Amino acid sequence: MTNVQPILSARGLMKRYGQVVAMNGADFDLYPGEITAVIGDNGAGKSTLIKALSGAVVPDHGQIFLEGKEVHFKRPDDARNAGIETVYQNLALSPALSIADNMFLGREWRKPGVMGKVFRKMDHARMQDFARDKLNDLGLMTIQNINQAVETLSGGQRQGVAVARAAAFGSKVIILDEPTAALGVKESRRVLELIQDVRSRGIPIILISHNMPHVFELADRIHVHRLGQRLCVIDPKKHTMSDAVAYMTGAKEPDTELELA
Amino acid sequence: MSTQTEPKKPLNEFEAGLDKADKAVASFAQDDKTLTHVLRKFLRDYPTTIPALVLIVSILFFGAFANNFMTPGTLSLVLKQVTVTGIVAVAQTLIILTAGIDLSVGAILVLSSIIMGKLSVDFGLPPFLAISIGLFFGGLMGWFNGILVTVIKLPPFIVTLGTLSIFTALKLWYSASQSIRGSDIRETAPSLLFFGERISFGGFQITYGVVALLVLAGLVYYMLNHTAWGRHVMAIGDDPDAAMLSGIRINRTLVSVYAFAGLICAFGGWAAAGRVGSISPIGFDDVNLQSITAVVIGGTSLFGGRGSVIGSVLGAIIVGVFTTGLSLGGVDDYWQQFAAGCLVLVAVALDQWLRRATK
Repeated sequence: MTNVQPILSARGLMKRYGQVVAMNGADFDLYPGEITAVIGDNGAGKSTLIKALSGAVVPDHGQIFLEGKEVHFKRPDDARNAGIETVYQNLALSPALSIADNMFLGREWRKPGVMGKVFRKMDHARMQDFARDKLNDLGLMTIQNINQAVETLSGGQRQGVAVARAAAFGSKVIILDEPTAALGVKESRRVLELIQDVRSRGIPIILISHNMPHVFELADRIHVHRLGQRLCVIDPKKHTMSDAVAYMTGAKEPDTELELA
Repeated sequence: MSTQTEPKKPLNEFEAGLDKADKAVASFAQDDKTLTHVLRKFLRDYPTTIPALVLIVSILFFGAFANNFMTPGTLSLVLKQVTVTGIVAVAQTLIILTAGIDLSVGAILVLSSIIMGKLSVDFGLPPFLAISIGLFFGGLMGWFNGILVTVIKLPPFIVTLGTLSIFTALKLWYSASQSIRGSDIRETAPSLLFFGERISFGGFQITYGVVALLVLAGLVYYMLNHTAWGRHVMAIGDDPDAAMLSGIRINRTLVSVYAFAGLICAFGGWAAAGRVGSISPIGFDDVNLQSITAVVIGGTSLFGGRGSVIGSVLGAIIVGVFTTGLSLGGVDDYWQQFAAGCLVLVAVALDQWLRRATK
């Protein structure tokens, strides 16, 4: 496995909030074309790890490598510009703005020519068409219009918008933090299909989830996070869900060779 | 947790029936389309309708009950009176959209106009240069507010309460508590009074100040609705965390908002000089609250993220219509304030009602 270079990796990440140690030398690897699931108990530091990879948290120590080159993300837009898109658990959507505005928030397209260059006019029409296409791809947009405020959407629809935004712009890595937590059975299924669809286009995904069936269905590798560190990486084909739960809760210690898996 | 789970099953059992599930996506039942819902949705989508309707109704009301209200002269007077409040309300709208508030707008306005007046009258600078320097200092004062809000991370209310006192002290010191007389300005720098000059047509006497207010409102409307900067301002007021995670440079945008608001206030100072005909260090100290009143009546939410600059201009005009209408109707001054107070409370209650509808 070591002959393939990971597309995104982290070594020895540390982050303290006062007395609380959120990451204690965490390592991470994501390989091209794969889905790596990150599981761990509440408070294990999954979210902080993910935020460090997406630029929302700057680690105190440690290194992050994208395609072998070290990167320093100071802000979320640094990671976004590098091609890493994240769907946060709280979705990071602006409720009063429209679906289209939200999809393009922070990367608005401007009109060509003088209107765009000098007067900085946004190209509403082109952005709306693009947003509509992307949502249609996910079968999410037989609903009303693209200009309605996100706050008028249901939880599942909002999730759909957030996932569509990441899928539309993520060119190197997509990070999904609990993408199905707020969804019903049918909507979850659609998001899972979308995730497989994104992987089949060759874009690797980091999936954080508490939903073991979903994790075992999708993931190529499962990164078990415990006490701010990577405990082990397991292969979902060779382990059961109860093994995974035992590792992440500390009920069972992994064999040492697993750490290299 | 099941122990016998076969890894990599295509579908989990509990989802097996999904193929037969209803494939129609979220076609909403139409049963909640009562009149209240339709009204709420309409008002949420077009929030400027409310101040526009209130304005029309109040003009018709005072036209019917107050003598001489429905005349070009009176209507021109209303517009002239709200010029300065309107311009400051445009600045205040930008701040309030970011969920902030600016109590120092009036002080920035007066200090900037004193700078313009002193430089051109006492120091003999060409008016163009004096005005530019005044505008620059207005922007600088706003920028200072912005830095305190973003870098020191103090609440905008506290920051601008402090700078209100600071700028007030500075304006009294710099002007030595003395007005700059209109005759002196007319002699040395008549262009400082440019916005007081009038265009007449059909009995209407519109000052250039009114025209400037409308152009300014149009410009800010364009910036808010058609540039990325405007989207970012809205998003920051709406949900700063979401805005940050969406890659918006929050601090940079906020500082630009405060600086721009300061610049607009300084411009308001120039217009105020024309409106009054002289520059006094103690004028326009109630413009702070008046601008907030106008913004709130115009339907902009004090919680940020929603509202429009057009509404604020309409709000300023509504207050002007009430004040002038009531005084023409022979109502005492304090009832005019009473009416303005009621308008604010109704406007905020309405905003709350609309926001609840979204929860």
